[in-house]
Amino acid sequence: MRRLGASTRRATIEYLPAGLLLAALIAGWEAWVRIFDTRPYIMPAPSRVWTAFLETRGTLPEHITTTLSEALLGLAIAAAAGVALAAILALTPLVRRVLYPILVVSQTIPMIVLAPLLVIWFGFGMTPKVVVVALFGFFPICVSTAEGLLTADREMTGLVRSMGGGRLASLRYVEIPAALPSFFSGLKIAATYAVLGAVIGEWVGASSGLGIFITRAQTAFRVDRVFVAVAVIAVVSVALFAAVHVAARLTTPWMYVNKENKS
Amino acid sequence: MSTIDVRGLGHTFGDLRVLKDVSLQAPGGTFASIVGPSACGKSTLLRVLAGLLVPDEGTAEVGGVSTVSRPGLVSYMPQKDLLLPWRRVLGNATLGAEVGGIKRAEAKRQAGALMERFGLAGFERAWPSQLSGGMRQRLALLRTFLAPAKTMLLDEPFGALDAITRREMHGWLQSVLGAEQRTVLFITHDVEEALLLSDRVYVMSPRPGRIIADVPVTFPKPRPSGAVLAPEFIRLKAELLGALGG
Ligand SMILES: Nc1ncnc2c1ncn2[C@@H]1O[C@H](COP(=O)(O)OP(=O)(O)O)[C@@H](O)[C@H]1O
Ligand SMILES: [Mg+2]
Repeated sequence: MRRLGASTRRATIEYLPAGLLLAALIAGWEAWVRIFDTRPYIMPAPSRVWTAFLETRGTLPEHITTTLSEALLGLAIAAAAGVALAAILALTPLVRRVLYPILVVSQTIPMIVLAPLLVIWFGFGMTPKVVVVALFGFFPICVSTAEGLLTADREMTGLVRSMGGGRLASLRYVEIPAALPSFFSGLKIAATYAVLGAVIGEWVGASSGLGIFITRAQTAFRVDRVFVAVAVIAVVSVALFAAVHVAARLTTPWMYVNKENKS
Repeated sequence: MSTIDVRGLGHTFGDLRVLKDVSLQAPGGTFASIVGPSACGKSTLLRVLAGLLVPDEGTAEVGGVSTVSRPGLVSYMPQKDLLLPWRRVLGNATLGAEVGGIKRAEAKRQAGALMERFGLAGFERAWPSQLSGGMRQRLALLRTFLAPAKTMLLDEPFGALDAITRREMHGWLQSVLGAEQRTVLFITHDVEEALLLSDRVYVMSPRPGRIIADVPVTFPKPRPSGAVLAPEFIRLKAELLGALGG
């Protein structure tokens, strides 16, 4: 328990400055809107956004559930496909030479342009949203995992080989564990964009989700509700990021060892 | 116990001739050292014996079997400790045994029984990054020790340690090996260390490396660190330094 208390305190100290800055910005924003009497359909005050949040409390959970499911499913597909392709890229130099440049170029396709096309291809259901999330997340996961596999210490794989281990042993004992931290860095980036990806997918057409919530708010000039959605997206994204962080800590505990701890 | 038998070994990296006609025969159960100036090809020779490097010329055999392209015949401790950061102390200790086909539970049991002797008791669940330099080295040695192949190749195992830790390790290594009859090929650039530990010391020339002296050391073992002061020890040391300098 003492350790938990200490780590909570450390976290508080670490995030305190950022929290204070955020609070100051919100206060400044509230003051600005009141002093200049800005119209709420141009820029609502934080207090008004809060009221809008309380109004929409009843319907929001359903939208969040929809968007979060799309984000999680897309993320899972991105992780599975990203790791699979990373393994192929890392293990076969020829495929790497052919595919890697194409993969990089594919990242220049703007997702905003792709989203409507995906709706045409996959309809208005959940599929196009999941595909957008998966496409967003695939690249960072694949590239960092491949990088991790490729940069595994040659001397360590040599050591396993000297013990009589084959390709599989060197993958199991060296390359895969060496690539895990990189995989999680990629997954963190993907998780950061996952909710956003789902929202972009919903924008084009959906019956439920934060994207359609935003579209409806905009058509009704309810800018305050748009801000509610923005805040919710931020909170859900941070929660997803934190979940990946926890998973990384549990899976790669050696990355979080206190190095000062020598006896 | 396996004899180490190297004949006419030669190797070139690009234009760099590293080994030239290296021959040595260490009978089974011998603790043999190789001393030589840095970059003379000592590690390269061990990599050939470990089955990791195919030499341009010559043969290398352990127990009558060629090690060329045949890893696993010897237990090899590279110059860097190469502890796997993602395995705890116990997991690193059992790595060679596990890869060598010993059941994990059995490997753990064997490692557990040796923790005390290797000065690692109580650290089974620590990560390598939490160990001191001497402990890392002992752990790498334990890993080498537990591998199923009983012939050991040790590449400057104490090279990175400070003088005091190093002296401790000399006494400790002798006591650990005292009970076991193992063939060991030990690389060092420290003449005193070689004399203290070995039954036999080979001297290698500067690159391209060749064996230029083969000195038997017959003091009774184990040898306390004070042994280095004996006149006979000093005479051998002078002989080896002469060979190295010339
Ligand atoms: N894989 C390699 N490719 C090219 N040169 C190498 C390679 N390995 C070692 N060398 C070179 O061979 C020489 C001998 O190396 P090494 O056997 O490590 O020497 P030592 O262990 O005696 O210090 C050095 O000059 C080193 O730079
Ligand atoms: Mg060397």
